[in-house]
Amino acid sequence: MKNKVHSRHHRQSSGFSDKSQAYLHIHLHALFSSLGRLCRNSFTSLMTIVVMAIAISLASGFYLLLANMQQLTANIEASNQISLFLKSGVSDRAGEQLVQQIRKNTQLDKVVLISKKQALKEFKDYSGFGNALDVLEINPLPVVIQILPKNTLNDLQSLEQLLIELEQLAQVDFSQMDMQWVERLQSIMQIMQRGAILLSGLLSLAVLFITGNTIRLELQNRQDEVQIAKLVGATHSFIQRPFLYTGFWLGFIAGIMACLLVALMIMMIQNPIENLSILYDGAFNLLFLNLTETLVLLAMTSLLGILGAWGVLHYQLQQIKPE
Amino acid sequence: MLKFDHVSKRYQDAGDALIDVSFHLQKGEMAFLTGHSGAGKSTLLKLIAMMELCSRGHVLLDGQNLNKVREKQIPFIRRKLGLIFQDNKLLQDRTIFDNVALPLVISGYGQQQIARRVRAALDKVGLLRKEKKYPLTLSGGEQQRVGIARAVVNKPQLILADEPTGNLDPELSAEVMQLFEQFQNVGVTVLIASHDIDLLKQMGHRVLTLDHGNLKTRSS
Repeated sequence: MKNKVHSRHHRQSSGFSDKSQAYLHIHLHALFSSLGRLCRNSFTSLMTIVVMAIAISLASGFYLLLANMQQLTANIEASNQISLFLKSGVSDRAGEQLVQQIRKNTQLDKVVLISKKQALKEFKDYSGFGNALDVLEINPLPVVIQILPKNTLNDLQSLEQLLIELEQLAQVDFSQMDMQWVERLQSIMQIMQRGAILLSGLLSLAVLFITGNTIRLELQNRQDEVQIAKLVGATHSFIQRPFLYTGFWLGFIAGIMACLLVALMIMMIQNPIENLSILYDGAFNLLFLNLTETLVLLAMTSLLGILGAWGVLHYQLQQIKPE
Repeated sequence: MLKFDHVSKRYQDAGDALIDVSFHLQKGEMAFLTGHSGAGKSTLLKLIAMMELCSRGHVLLDGQNLNKVREKQIPFIRRKLGLIFQDNKLLQDRTIFDNVALPLVISGYGQQQIARRVRAALDKVGLLRKEKKYPLTLSGGEQQRVGIARAVVNKPQLILADEPTGNLDPELSAEVMQLFEQFQNVGVTVLIASHDIDLLKQMGHRVLTLDHGNLKTRSS
């Protein structure tokens, strides 16, 4: 009751806009004074921030690696298409006869012949070795029969059964099922994605604890200040505000540094990748973190910094009692 | 303004610090708290500043029972008090101005108000010209006066001072005491813990004497 009277008196004397201005001022002051404090202890802060930045860049670098690999595999659609590579002596016409023979199988939806000529053209178009192939006098490519089983045939076992049957044909050199290696690649990607999530989780925890520990030390150094503030009537939220901002700055600056580290790493592998890409007619573009990803990363690291600081403050501030 | 009602304080390891202490300070009254060291002076002040809670009895500040104040309300109780310490408890890395401004910043006052009030408080203790200096560049007496300025800047209802003249020579001590009397004259309640018996006698205010946790004498 008394408090209410007291605060009403305050409001009358200082006005609402004055209050909110003062509030804003307190926040801005905490924001910049915590940054100033970090700069003054630049060596200690830098060590902490570099450790955090390395942890963050590991996580984001791995993420970027995955994103680049996904770019490679994105164009590959999962299908249960089977390719039969015929022996090199088999002519286009013999291949056509074989197609007729295979079509009798009722399990199949589509059977398409790719002649030697077609195969060469496709290879020229997609491989990037176009001009190099012109040098060749003879076409080294075999006749290929592409077979698409009916959709009803979708379990791996019966597909493999079909594959074995087809492979036993005399003209067939070897066969390949697209689904097999697409599936393998996809499951590898899944493992890596899962790994990336786990790694990010662990490294986030590391960032959380590094900030927490830094704030704990800072709190110890400024214990007198905290005690005095408590004695003159500071609330917990007032006392912890500058420390929370310190956590924010640690996370934010470490995030920026991590972005730079990742960019640096990518630039270092850019040349060899570009060379590779030229060999493949530029089919592959190296991805950097884009603007959204960068902003999300910075937001996340800042948040981790704040959370780490908050966790420590929540427990430690209670324990600091004025004497 | 301040009422102790059969207050006892027992520490688990150190035993009884205060035993059945009762007294009442009227609004605008000035009183001294004295006694040998370890008599319970500091404990008594700590109960008022809510640095400790009493084991038995009630402490009433401005009609509010401090036993019933919740943890979250403690800062707001402390804002009604002006605390002065023997070791000043100044922030060494802040200017005199910032030190004195601290209670106002905490209470959320605007910049202009803060500047006006801080300068008024510094003027009162005669340190207006030193606002940009740091505590360590000031003499002991000046630092003590900065502590006093900080205690009064928020216009507290009750000033509590723990040995405010402990480190000062008699002349400076008398000056500081006069300062307290000035605050009393404008209606502030003042309670000063001190063992400087000679000075207390000169001042002629009410004296509360503690002896091994018991309140012995009441004179006015």
